[in-house]
Parts: sequence; C-alpha cells; structure tokens
Amino acid sequence: MTEQKNILIDCRNVSLGYEGKAISSHLSFSLCSGDYLCVVGENGSGKSTLLKAMLGLLKPMEGQIARDKSLRAGAIGYLPQQTRAQRDFPATVNEVVLSGFLSGRKGRFFYTPSEKSRALMNMGKLGVLELKNRCYRELSGGQQQRVLLARALCAAGELLILDEPVTGLDPAAAHDMYHTLSYLNRTEGLAVVMVTHDLPNALKYATHVLHAGHKDWFFGTTAAYLASPYGEKFGGDAQ
Amino acid sequence: MSLLLEMFTYPFILRAFVVGILVSLCAALLGVPLVLKRYSMIGDGLSHVSFGALSVALACGWSPLPVSIPVVVVAALLLLRMTERSRMGADAAIAVTSASALAVGIIVTSLTTGMTTDVDSYMFGSILAMDRADVALSVGLSAAVLALFVLFYHRLFAITFDESFSQATGVKVGLYNTLLSVLTALTIVLGMRMMGAMLISSLVIFPALSAMRVLKSFRGVVICAAALSVISFCVGLTASYLLGTPVGASVVIVNLLVFLACCALSRMRRRG
Repeated sequence: MTEQKNILIDCRNVSLGYEGKAISSHLSFSLCSGDYLCVVGENGSGKSTLLKAMLGLLKPMEGQIARDKSLRAGAIGYLPQQTRAQRDFPATVNEVVLSGFLSGRKGRFFYTPSEKSRALMNMGKLGVLELKNRCYRELSGGQQQRVLLARALCAAGELLILDEPVTGLDPAAAHDMYHTLSYLNRTEGLAVVMVTHDLPNALKYATHVLHAGHKDWFFGTTAAYLASPYGEKFGGDAQ
Repeated sequence: MSLLLEMFTYPFILRAFVVGILVSLCAALLGVPLVLKRYSMIGDGLSHVSFGALSVALACGWSPLPVSIPVVVVAALLLLRMTERSRMGADAAIAVTSASALAVGIIVTSLTTGMTTDVDSYMFGSILAMDRADVALSVGLSAAVLALFVLFYHRLFAITFDESFSQATGVKVGLYNTLLSVLTALTIVLGMRMMGAMLISSLVIFPALSAMRVLKSFRGVVICAAALSVISFCVGLTASYLLGTPVGASVVIVNLLVFLACCALSRMRRRG
C-alpha cells in the first residue's frame, strides 16, 4: 500500500437525528484510507446513527458528508448488528457470503464466475472456507461474525464499517475478531470504522477515536484521546 | 384407480388442479421470505381483508375479483408499512385489521343476502369456484411470480437475510418488500376462492416451515417448499374428491401431516 492518503469520508459540521430531533450536532471529522477509527460513547449518543449517515442511509439534518468516488454505489463493507431472525436462518455460508456482491449493480441478476471465486478467496482469508457448505444457523457466534465479515469484504473496496462486531462473542472469539480486523487494516490497507463498547481492546488497534457524548464530542488520534479528559475517564486502564 | 381416472373427466376438477397447483407453487415461493422475515401474519390478515372485499362486492352485485384485487393490494401495502414502522405493535395492528375486515364482511352479508352458499364458499373454499377467467388469471399471475422470483432470487435472499446490509449496499429494500407483498396479495385473492379465506394463509406458511425443518440452504428450502406445496395440494384435492371432504381443509390437513413428518425427520436426524 502506498502511503498517499486520500480522504474517504469527510464530515463537515454534521448534525444527525430523527424526525427533527438532533442526537449529535456539529460533528466534523475526516476518515482517510488506512485509518482505523473507533466510535465510542454512551448508549443513545448516536453512534449507530452516525454509521448510518456514513453509509448514506440517513441524510444529515445539517452539514455535509462528502464521500470519495470509490465509495459510491455502495462499495462499503458493512457489518450490522445481528438480528434475531438471522440466528435460525436456513442458508449456507456460501450463499451468505455471495450476497455481498449485490452492491446495487443493475441489469445483472446472477453472480459471475469471478465473483464466485472472489467469494471463496474472502472465505479463505477469514478462515471460514471449510464451513462453505455448512448452515449459517449451526455456526458459533464467532464463526457467524467471520462469515458476515467475509460478506462485507465482498462488498468493500476500501472501507469496512462495523457495528459492535464483538458484542455477544466470548473473549477468545473477540480476540480473534480484533486480530483479523487488524490484519485487514494493516496488510490489506482497508480503512476500518467500528462502533464498540469494548474500549480497552479497541484502543489497542485504533489509530483514531471518535467519542460521541450527549452534548459534546471528541475526535483525534488514539494518543490524543488517551491524553484528553474523555480518555482518562473511559480508557484509563487501557495503557 | 378408475375412480381417479374418472376424476379427471370433470372439467371443473381439471380447472381446480391447474389453478391450485399454480397458486400453491406461488404461495410456497413467496412464503419462504415471508416466514423468514416474520411476516407470516400478513398472509392471514390479507385473506380476511379479501373476504371482506368479496362479501361487499357480492352484496353490491359487482364481480368479485376486480373489486377485491385492488382492495387487497392496498391492504398489503398498508400492512407492510405497519410491520416496518413498529415492530412492537405490528402483530396487534394486523390482528385488528383482519378482524375488522372480517366483521365488515359478515355484517354486510347478513344485512343483504344472508349467509348464502357463495359466502360459505368464500370462507371455507369451494372446488366449484374456478371458472375460465380464474384459470387465465392464475396462469398469468403465477408466470409473473415465477419470473420475478427467479430474476430477483439473489436480491430477495439478501433482503430476507439482512435488510440493513442490503440497504447499505444499495439494494432498494423498500421496492422489493413492496413487490413481495403485492404478489402475496394477488396469490391470496386467487387462492382464496378455492381454499377459503380462513385457510389460505396455511398455503403460504406450511411449506416454508416444513422445508426449513429438513434443509439447510436457502435454495434448497425454496425448491423443497415449492415441491411439498404442489404435492400436498394434489394429494389433498384427490383425497377431498375420494372422501367427499372440503378441498381447502383437506389440503391444510395434508400440509399439516407433511409438516409433522418433517419435524419427525429432523428430530431423528439430530439424534442419529
């Protein structure tokens, strides 16, 4: 990966909310290629809302979110929180991973051979290739998250957005997940944005932190965050 | 055997077979995403709305299908909105809508014609209900459902499995949900005449549930549900002819038996 950083997502003075009620206001930050950004903060401070806005699913009430051309047409790998319906869904791992390729391209109804081989490659990267024909509902929580991450890789060119990827995983599976993300970030050069409550572990890998509070917010590098009053309060035991 | 052969000499039974096979095929295909998305109740709600519309049409002396199709399609869109907007109150909202539509139908009927055989056949289905226009309509409809299902198969899978991910990758989730509920509405209006308003929703739900018990891939479940549905219908219709039982109820019972067999099979597999 070259070190030339281009800005993937640029938020300028953005206010977000539903039905005219602002949850977070006047956010400004930018995400460059290769960044690893952790979004932290209390419940209800608008973290998931911010992710939706970054994905382009929610229009900001104020301000502007500019996205790089490479992210247009849905080329963002998104790992949403799991829904209850998915837990007993009859689908093979292969079917789930392939569905990552449906990024809004019109006119084609079926997958191409190259997409099929790229799906296999992504399954291999995440160590779920041997589960290819297994049923999604029979996998462990950690394996399910890996499958969903493989699907996200199929959709992603340069950016992964993850909503609480380790929630509900046991410590070993969570550790695995962080390890994989860090590999994707450093070796494959993918930018990562992650909402998380697991601050100590998140800070180990993140390059930047966005702390969303109810009234104020903080954005900066991980080092700057740890030195700030927010970091002292939340991540004091992370060093 | 000769009794079976004799059965096919009646044109009304042939029509019932054609329409029934097509409708159960469509219902099973649409049923898989509906059941997985926890929309099973929509089918039930729609059949009751359809009953209400049919009885009003009957009371006013209008021809039933042109009246009930638009009413049920509109109801389908409304029910979908309700389900999307509030997960919590959705089942209650659907229950209220279906009970109200049923009540309107019954009141209108009792004030005008009374409980005639026509109304009875809408409630519980009739093998005689199929005329030539129904056959033509169901052939057209099932062709449309099949074509859309095959073409949009991967997108339907994606929105069924994970709506938020599909939305993020640019799939028009709202459009496909609407498509799904409109097709369901049409299938229900057509199938209701034969299966009955009280029983049609089982045609949507049972095959999907049975197939999900025994198979592990989405594609497998879809194909298996379609096959089970068609087979159950044929067995049910034949049984109803031989035993003189009502068609709708017979088909539901066959579906139930298939479902129980699938449950037993999956349990045996888990043990063995």
